Amino acid sequence: MHIHEYQAKGLFRQYNIQTPSAVLINSTNEATQACSELGGNTWVVKAQVHAGGRGKGGGVILCRSIKEVESACHKLLSTHLITPQTDAKGLPVNQLLIEGGQNIERELYLGLLVDRQTQKITVLASTEGGMDIEKVAHETPKKIIKFGVDPLGALSVHDCENIATKLNLKDTLAEQFVTTLMGLYEIFVTKDVSLIEINPLITTTENTLLALDGKIDFDDNALYRHEEIASMRDMSQEDEKENEASQYQLNYISLDGTIGCMVNGAGLAMATMDLIEHHGGSPANFLDVGGGTTAERVAKAFELIQTEANVKGILVNIFGGIVRCDLIAEGILQAIEKVGLNLPIVVRLEGTNAAQGLKLLDESTADIHTEADLTQAAIKIVSLAQGMTK
Amino acid sequence: MSVLINKDTRVITQGFTGKQGSFHSEQSIAYGTQFVGGVTPGKGGQTHLDLPVFNSVRESMDATNASATMIYVPPRFAYASIVEAIEAEMPVIACITEGIPVQDMLKVKAILKDSNSTLIGPNCPGVITPDECKLGIMPGNIHQSGSVGVVSRSGTLTYEAVHQTTQAGLGQSTCIGIGGDPIQGMNFIDCLALFEADEQTKSIIMVGEIGGSAEEEAAEFIQSNISKPVVSYIAGLSAPKGKRMGHAGAVISGGSGKAIDKIKALQAVGVAIAPTPATMGSTLSDILK
Repeated sequence: MHIHEYQAKGLFRQYNIQTPSAVLINSTNEATQACSELGGNTWVVKAQVHAGGRGKGGGVILCRSIKEVESACHKLLSTHLITPQTDAKGLPVNQLLIEGGQNIERELYLGLLVDRQTQKITVLASTEGGMDIEKVAHETPKKIIKFGVDPLGALSVHDCENIATKLNLKDTLAEQFVTTLMGLYEIFVTKDVSLIEINPLITTTENTLLALDGKIDFDDNALYRHEEIASMRDMSQEDEKENEASQYQLNYISLDGTIGCMVNGAGLAMATMDLIEHHGGSPANFLDVGGGTTAERVAKAFELIQTEANVKGILVNIFGGIVRCDLIAEGILQAIEKVGLNLPIVVRLEGTNAAQGLKLLDESTADIHTEADLTQAAIKIVSLAQGMTK
Repeated sequence: MSVLINKDTRVITQGFTGKQGSFHSEQSIAYGTQFVGGVTPGKGGQTHLDLPVFNSVRESMDATNASATMIYVPPRFAYASIVEAIEAEMPVIACITEGIPVQDMLKVKAILKDSNSTLIGPNCPGVITPDECKLGIMPGNIHQSGSVGVVSRSGTLTYEAVHQTTQAGLGQSTCIGIGGDPIQGMNFIDCLALFEADEQTKSIIMVGEIGGSAEEEAAEFIQSNISKPVVSYIAGLSAPKGKRMGHAGAVISGGSGKAIDKIKALQAVGVAIAPTPATMGSTLSDILK
């Protein structure tokens, strides 16, 4: 789960990590008040959306007068912000964070993540802050400081001091860095974080260390033990259809293609998309109906697929393991009766009771093409979908 | 021989009396597995499926000489269940549970390092040695005893590989589902090493997917350690960047984890790539000719 920058910074402050003073606003009317509260004569207006690359997308605006702040707020609020990391629709901007301008001396990077290779919580730090850190890691790996923490131990003050030295931070800045990193680590382990980042972490001409930005991703699987985190969820930043699907325990992701897919198992669902592409088609979605699926869920899956405007055909690919194919076939027929079907559909059933399932579909009055062979099924739906386009 | 489990393996289930645990224990028994009992804390002394229930893994091992366990407890209890099995020195642990927090698994892995146990999963179908022992949720009837070692990050794709090798008349020595989580017990390399050393295994199918770099590491290992023919299918050529494709571990982040890079790494060390999920069996048959 993602949270907004202002929420991340709220957590930072609870753990003694210093952030610029800031005011969150929901409407342009609040802008003047916010500026006078913050004081100074420069402000930064930042769109609160769940995506990186906000600066490149025009979602971070430096202002030198209250008038400029107002015009920035007006420009951003209630629009959709498109950044290099969003899709073409962008994400809705419902809130803005206004911060006082800072006298930046250095920009650093500091983050923690779970390193799959070393299987440790790993600190990443770099003197090259304010940039795409993956690019820095790729182009100049020497500029990335990596430190793995023993999963059965903890990060120590001494470890933090060593990293401060490598970043060339001295005296009060080094002290502030230790507090910052210890705070990040505490948040990481107590809140089941999967990625936490300050980019940039700045030093100012006043000798302070500030988190100028903040990003935290949480492990969805651990949200059950962090109600306070779960309550920060902002549904407006998520795909409506994916959320609707998840209520039915369907794993659904919209894509741009023309062939809707309904598959059991995540790996097979992804492989089915590949197969469609291999035979010249393009998948309209990823959809895993799960192992113990029901007729109701199959019906919901059809409904979701059919509402995609670009869908020209549907491929159902089920490998019946614990789930019996004849039950799936019944589910499909019930779903068609309930939802209606106006698109070509190819059903491939394999595994437990596949023959009975295919027979049920063949004997029904519904216009369904059945296939036992996976390759043939893919070729068939690609050609049927192309027929619909012409 | 096979790897990890065989007809002499004595199996228990943790989460024995729950819905999932009961169902899959029954299936495992019906398959002919030497099934000796199960664990549900607080229900020790009872009988379930005509078998004894124990309060702890240790008790069950003392009483039945169990040598493998399959775990079906909900995610929030999974950490404690796996650690209990490790501390009881259970030789083979298959954790089927999906949705265990990553940081729990980091701790499990650290504990596992100095132990005598082998962990398969979590978030996996388990392990099966056809006609001998079924330690997991895979449909037994599609398997056939034979010569192909199958290792996979995905459940249903394992079934595809199994079905296709059965159709091709090759059969399987042992099939290992290592699971779709970012932090897991056995990895590809561990399984490849077992298959290389196993006499029954004559060839290997390795099914990978986007996310992480386990396939690239496997490719490096294959180059210097594996003499048997290997076929691989990598799922996710069509997957968009930054989206989690069902499995917690299946996400392309930044420039890494791409299917095409994994395919190139494997091809470079002589692994035959099945171009589609429907051609794993035929690709293997072709190179064995």
